[in-house]
Amino acid sequence: MAQTQVGGNRKKAGNLLSFLILIAVFIAFMFPFVMVVINSLKQKRDIIKSPFSWLFTIKGLSFDNFVKAFTQMDFLNAFMNSLIVTVSSTVLVTVLASMLAYYIVRHKNKLSQVMFALMVASMIIPFQAIMIPLVSIYGGTLNILNHRLTLIFMHTGFSMAMSVFMFHGFINGNIPIALEEAAYIDGCTHVQTYFGIVFPLLKPIISTMVILNALAFWNDFLLPSLVLTDKKLLTLPLSTYSFYGTYSADYGTIMAGLLLCVIPILVLYVVLQKQIINGVVAGAVK
Amino acid sequence: MKSKSNGKDFCIFALPGLFCFLAVLIVPFLYGVYLTLTDWNGVSQEKNFTGLKNFAAVMRDGQFWSSLLLTFKYVIFVVVIVNVLAFGIAWLLTRGMKGQNFFRAGFFTPNLIGGIVLGYIWQFVFSRVFVSIGEATGWSMFEASWLSDPGKAFAALVLVSVWQLSGYMILIYVAGFMGLSEDVMEAASIDGAAGLVKLKNIIMPLMMSSITICLFLTLSRAFMVYDVNLSLTGGAPYGTTEMAAMHVYEKAFTSRQFGVGQAEALILFVITACISGLQVYLTKRKEVEA
Repeated sequence: MAQTQVGGNRKKAGNLLSFLILIAVFIAFMFPFVMVVINSLKQKRDIIKSPFSWLFTIKGLSFDNFVKAFTQMDFLNAFMNSLIVTVSSTVLVTVLASMLAYYIVRHKNKLSQVMFALMVASMIIPFQAIMIPLVSIYGGTLNILNHRLTLIFMHTGFSMAMSVFMFHGFINGNIPIALEEAAYIDGCTHVQTYFGIVFPLLKPIISTMVILNALAFWNDFLLPSLVLTDKKLLTLPLSTYSFYGTYSADYGTIMAGLLLCVIPILVLYVVLQKQIINGVVAGAVK
Repeated sequence: MKSKSNGKDFCIFALPGLFCFLAVLIVPFLYGVYLTLTDWNGVSQEKNFTGLKNFAAVMRDGQFWSSLLLTFKYVIFVVVIVNVLAFGIAWLLTRGMKGQNFFRAGFFTPNLIGGIVLGYIWQFVFSRVFVSIGEATGWSMFEASWLSDPGKAFAALVLVSVWQLSGYMILIYVAGFMGLSEDVMEAASIDGAAGLVKLKNIIMPLMMSSITICLFLTLSRAFMVYDVNLSLTGGAPYGTTEMAAMHVYEKAFTSRQFGVGQAEALILFVITACISGLQVYLTKRKEVEA
């Protein structure tokens, strides 16, 4: 009896200790975000004097920084650009990759095996190994850089292999061919069968892939920076980059600008937290 | 599906996706191999075939090799720290603690935000916040901005990358710990395994598949670091924190030596592929079934 008591206490102490460690690490993790939020509301001289001071000890607290950052970054325009590019690329890659994966699963011939093997192998090629010839082909020979469509096309192409791989695994394991055969007997065409019967059944994997791809597209910097240079077309990461270059000494405005970039994702994260985390885990573990 | 309509099916279902994939990935990749054999400068119409001259130029490009060496150092630090930290936190989180989901979600937040924004946030923290801590406390560690000293700027890069990547790995390790069978853990405890012995002989082998994934992800991401490198240090001070990926970019798009840049990119790719391949092979061999 006494022994279990001791064991219980030790376990309790251990739990308390691990809780304290977690809290400490957690605070360290959140620290930079807190700094951004606090300083985005302060004026430059207050920031330089003491970036730490809390809001209520400061006079001249205001949202001026946000107004300035919003207009200087052309936030609305950049936000819309990011939204258009992200949504179109995500929709396109979801539809095309799932169809391609479906074809590969249902046609077990040499060609589809070669395609699949090529896609899986290509997943190890990093973007940096392709960016120079990419610019050379699309910028030089074809001369179609500086169009949103080009960026959307490239996003789609780059995430194709990974998406096909994921859809392939799911269709292979979860979609019984009997359903499709029944549809064919009822006189459906292949396209009707696919969009009427198969596609809706892919919902779990679609939500995983939409989350993974959309996050990657939204945050991507290197590819858009090579494709888009026209100021009107810049996506959020790009306009943050050029905005920072111009205003790097104006701390308050910068902090407000960075916060503006982060807020849309955080809002989405709060709403879809469970789906995002599950999607990311599913994407990694496969 | 009947073989008669096979061609039509291929065109509708497979071709659009395949076309995007080939046009954006495979064609540039092959063309890139060809580019390394030419002296193209990015502008002129003319490309002369120069054989292996570019690779000879890579051999002489001391900056490339020092950036590669720095990248190796960076990768080792980041991979080890991220995985030890994430493994530890995931272990603490799965001991039946309250608020597990809240912590997990919080730790993952940096991963949702692009590297450019993260780099700028930390630039402010290093150059303003830490310096003011230094002024207030007199700690010499924070006296001057970390970003103006080569060694400390490197440490700053590692720190920010660890902060960015850990949350992702925590998710994967937590999923791994949750998958551990209660029965096996209980049996181990009854047999007298506890603490480090249990960790080394029971938990680690069973967690090997999570470890394989996490090592692979951290390795490939760390080798290709660019965004954070660009926005946090930009290679400063004096190019001492320029990683290989950034060097390749500069070589091609700033120095306009596309052939040499592409040759360096391919070398970087081959090294990364070999190391991650070796890692997956080695850790996969250690995976066991419960």
